[in-house]
Amino acid sequence: MLRTFRIGGIHPPENKLSAGKKITALDTPKQVVIPLGQHIGAPAQAVVKKGDLVKVGTLLAKAGGFVSANIHSSVSGKVNKIDDVVDASGYRRPAIYIDVEGDEWEETIDQSATLVKECALSSKEIIDKIAAAGIVGMGGATFPTQVKLMPPPGNKAEIVIINAVECEPYLTADHSLMLEKGEEILVGVSILMKAVNVSRAVIGIENNKPDAIAHLRKLAADYKGIEIMPLQMKYPQGGEKQLIDAVIRRQVKSGALPISEGALVQNVGTAYAVYEAVQKNKPLFERVVTVTGKALTSPSNFLVRIGTPIRCLIDAAGGMPENTGKIISGGPMMGKALASVDAPVCKGSSGVLLLTREESVRKPARDCIRCAKCVNVCPMGLNPTLLMTATEFQNWELAEKNHITDCIECGSCSYTCPANRPLLDRIRLGKGKVMGIIRARKS
Amino acid sequence: MILIAVISLGAIGAVGAVFLYAASKKFEVYEDPRVAQVQGVLPGANCGGCGYPGCAGFAGACVKADSLDGMLCPVGGGPVMAKIATILGKEAGSTEPMVAVVRCNGTCQARPRTSTYDGTKSCAIASATYGGETGCSYGCLGYGDCVNACAFDAIHINPITGIAEVDEEKCTSCGACVKACPKNIIELRKKGPKSRRVFVSCVNKDKGAVARKACTNACIGCGKCAKECPFEAITVTNNVAYIDYTKCRLCRKCEAVCPTGAIHALNFPPRKEAAPAQPKEATSGATSQPKATAVKEAASVKPEAAPKATMEDKTSLN
Amino acid sequence: MENNLYVSPSPHIHGGDSISKNMYGVLIALIPAFLVSLYFFGLGALIVTVTSVLACVVFEYLIQRFLMKKEPTICDGSAILTGVLLAFNLPSNLPVWIIIIGALAAIGIGKMSFGGLGNNIFNPALVGRVFLLISFPAQMTTWPEPGQLTAYTDATTGATVLSLINEGQLDKIPTLIDMLIGEMGGSLGEVSAIALLLGFAFLLWKKIITWHIPVSILATVFVFTGIMHLVNPAQYASPLLHLLSGGLMLGAIFMATDYVTSPMSKNGMIVYGVGIGLLTSVIRLFGSYPEGMSFAILIMNALTPLINSYIKPKHFGGGK
Repeated sequence: MLRTFRIGGIHPPENKLSAGKKITALDTPKQVVIPLGQHIGAPAQAVVKKGDLVKVGTLLAKAGGFVSANIHSSVSGKVNKIDDVVDASGYRRPAIYIDVEGDEWEETIDQSATLVKECALSSKEIIDKIAAAGIVGMGGATFPTQVKLMPPPGNKAEIVIINAVECEPYLTADHSLMLEKGEEILVGVSILMKAVNVSRAVIGIENNKPDAIAHLRKLAADYKGIEIMPLQMKYPQGGEKQLIDAVIRRQVKSGALPISEGALVQNVGTAYAVYEAVQKNKPLFERVVTVTGKALTSPSNFLVRIGTPIRCLIDAAGGMPENTGKIISGGPMMGKALASVDAPVCKGSSGVLLLTREESVRKPARDCIRCAKCVNVCPMGLNPTLLMTATEFQNWELAEKNHITDCIECGSCSYTCPANRPLLDRIRLGKGKVMGIIRARKS
Repeated sequence: MILIAVISLGAIGAVGAVFLYAASKKFEVYEDPRVAQVQGVLPGANCGGCGYPGCAGFAGACVKADSLDGMLCPVGGGPVMAKIATILGKEAGSTEPMVAVVRCNGTCQARPRTSTYDGTKSCAIASATYGGETGCSYGCLGYGDCVNACAFDAIHINPITGIAEVDEEKCTSCGACVKACPKNIIELRKKGPKSRRVFVSCVNKDKGAVARKACTNACIGCGKCAKECPFEAITVTNNVAYIDYTKCRLCRKCEAVCPTGAIHALNFPPRKEAAPAQPKEATSGATSQPKATAVKEAASVKPEAAPKATMEDKTSLN
Repeated sequence: MENNLYVSPSPHIHGGDSISKNMYGVLIALIPAFLVSLYFFGLGALIVTVTSVLACVVFEYLIQRFLMKKEPTICDGSAILTGVLLAFNLPSNLPVWIIIIGALAAIGIGKMSFGGLGNNIFNPALVGRVFLLISFPAQMTTWPEPGQLTAYTDATTGATVLSLINEGQLDKIPTLIDMLIGEMGGSLGEVSAIALLLGFAFLLWKKIITWHIPVSILATVFVFTGIMHLVNPAQYASPLLHLLSGGLMLGAIFMATDYVTSPMSKNGMIVYGVGIGLLTSVIRLFGSYPEGMSFAILIMNALTPLINSYIKPKHFGGGK
């Protein structure tokens, strides 16, 4: 019996249309737009100015705080301007515009394909290198990786868990990365283990990717302490707390960090980025992005430079289908709908999903019939319909008492609701409000 | 038989009465009778506009407070505060009538839709999701969080413009809509003599060209109004002008020079002659003339408000 | 602009479940029981069911259209389901006019007066049934003997198993096999345990309901009546007899599991089920009514909000 997390969960249709497609490098566009806030935390501070010449890998902006990340150029060329760009959420955010000229890389970057296994650096040196490379969680949460590697005092990591479940429907970026860069990922995992000084790592993969499981298992025989664990398919297994529960059978307490249970969770894409940063001196400026959708001619996995407009990705995958109704950055369960295709690819963009007009529109909501299906699927063991009502009537006390702040916004409740109620819409709002109230109370 | 029943019931009643009397004496909580009196003159809307939890809370605070300075029931305003002052024998602080003002004129015509929002119809949720259906991420979303927050039925979404409009007659300036608006568009401003006031009906902080592209009625931050103003009441920060209502003397010079019609002057009589300094008047939606157009009548929720030049004036078509 | 992109908060896909799918799913699960009732009660069963369904749908339409002034939602199948469940709780020789009154009570009082589907406190079909039981006790407690296919109100009537038990006539009780198949007197949908269990299996397979409520009710009744049977076999009938007789199966599988009026958490469901089982057994064994299922469910319906506020679902990270 394969493991999985123990509360709730749903089984949306997989629709992994681009599974097994080779990763192809996308041509650099004429201009890239690199936003300064691509991660959780403070936006980075620009260190270049208009007219500066930059190479691939040149530092563009320095971390703007403890929880923040460096940003590097993904192309070589000239800084056109530093101005606002409409990002994936439709708001204007500061960004650096670079006109592309040639493709010249910084000399320090090792561009060869040879695998470098040995790493003689100390834990501190590794973390510094990761911080310098601007690595963030690649699964979509975009939390700066170096911060996660420095647990708060009193906590000690016991195990590194690599999140390779890719439980979102449609997305295959991690899957293809595991098939093509398996060896590099394993080196990356050993480096992460060294960074936090633990001897055991588990790579959790859902069993809808048997080829990746078999491939990594074969390779992992040469790496001490790394175990490949196939997991039952269930959404949202990629949630940090769910994955920990599935792999080591421990439930992170309400409001606590995963490290309190001794688990350090990193995405498989992050492990690859760590390999490149530490062994090849390559900062994070490109990533694998799945471009997919039922109406798309050729769903693909692309290696994309950060800052490339999403329009270029769609064009490379066969162009925008006539009846596109919604474009989503990320997966269909937790991704963000885009108002414009001119938004750039960021460090956390794992996929671009095009839904047809028919798939896009929500059905009208009816009254709650109290069927409790949302209660049954909630992976956090909450009562979504109660939380929705509490938010609607602005009863923040009731919402807090029923653990609204534990919601991971996975969307299982809205997905399941037979009355088509937009449960998560309201709960997300209420969660924000209640967190604000709690913060205000503490200060 | 009947006698037994009467006696036993009577006895139970008597015991109960004694018990209740004893309990009411023992657990009696003294309450200043003036609290109830003050509460009696309060409007009883429990809107929270005074900053206290409901009218009872405000009444209690008034009785306890040493002076009524800074205490204001925004709903009842001066008259109610005066009544409270007589009850308590205290001096009422002077108050100026205020009114809520919606600072957005991004009508459907002026602000083309670039996407369609399909989530829960709530401004708070929509604005947390993305910038909004139009190119302007600062403007009114029109899903009516302010309407739901208003306890006095004084704010409504105009179905033609898609923008919230305040009914001056009903508005009590309690500030519930100001708090409810996630875009911070609504502001409490001095009602002004004869309800006349001048304000910038835009909060778009984008650069002029960007703002103009998103909305033809946007403030582009050109600063002409600030230069024109003889009283230094206008400041331009972050590409948007703001008129300080404590300094504004209602001369309307700024309105005349505004190239996009973002400055609105309300409830003024029509200008005597067509001022040559306002050539854009014909193309902009903002005028001070009380145009009781058909559009306005159809749009305004309160029919008797139509003949007056109120906020609905903004809706007059280009 | 026609080609504007849609934007909404996540999730962007929906599982495709709907109210009507669930309602029609339950209706499908009721088909075996309906076929059995046709087989045993013939014309009467047909007339009662059709009348009840039509009356419920018409009343729901009229109330939504003219009293509540909103778009009628009769197509979602909930009114049809109420109609079928009401019919299944009635004797097959009940006159049409009584059925219509029952339907009005079920839809009007039980459902619409609370605001429609999702807002009602009590199971509408049971409200209708209990309303009739109290208003027309004579007609509601005489059941036709099975096997009179062409008879309707003129059918010869006989006692139910439970009334036989209540009157102490244990020797006249049909065999367990007959009771399993449904060859006994009773309301038209409750007689065949095997058909109802078939429906239960279907509901579980389609994930329309979970096992918690029915199993906890049946188990409680079995244990409670079993203990009483062991104490005094002469006075109290065997637990198997109790499981197979009366409206227990129908109630446990189809009435108590009504989404709207049952608790939300798994543990709450079990408490609710145990409560129904206990109340039913107590009424059956010690009460003057031979059957207590309807009352038990209605009482526990009333307690459901209380159960919901005290018994919360198991919270992630809140202890193992």
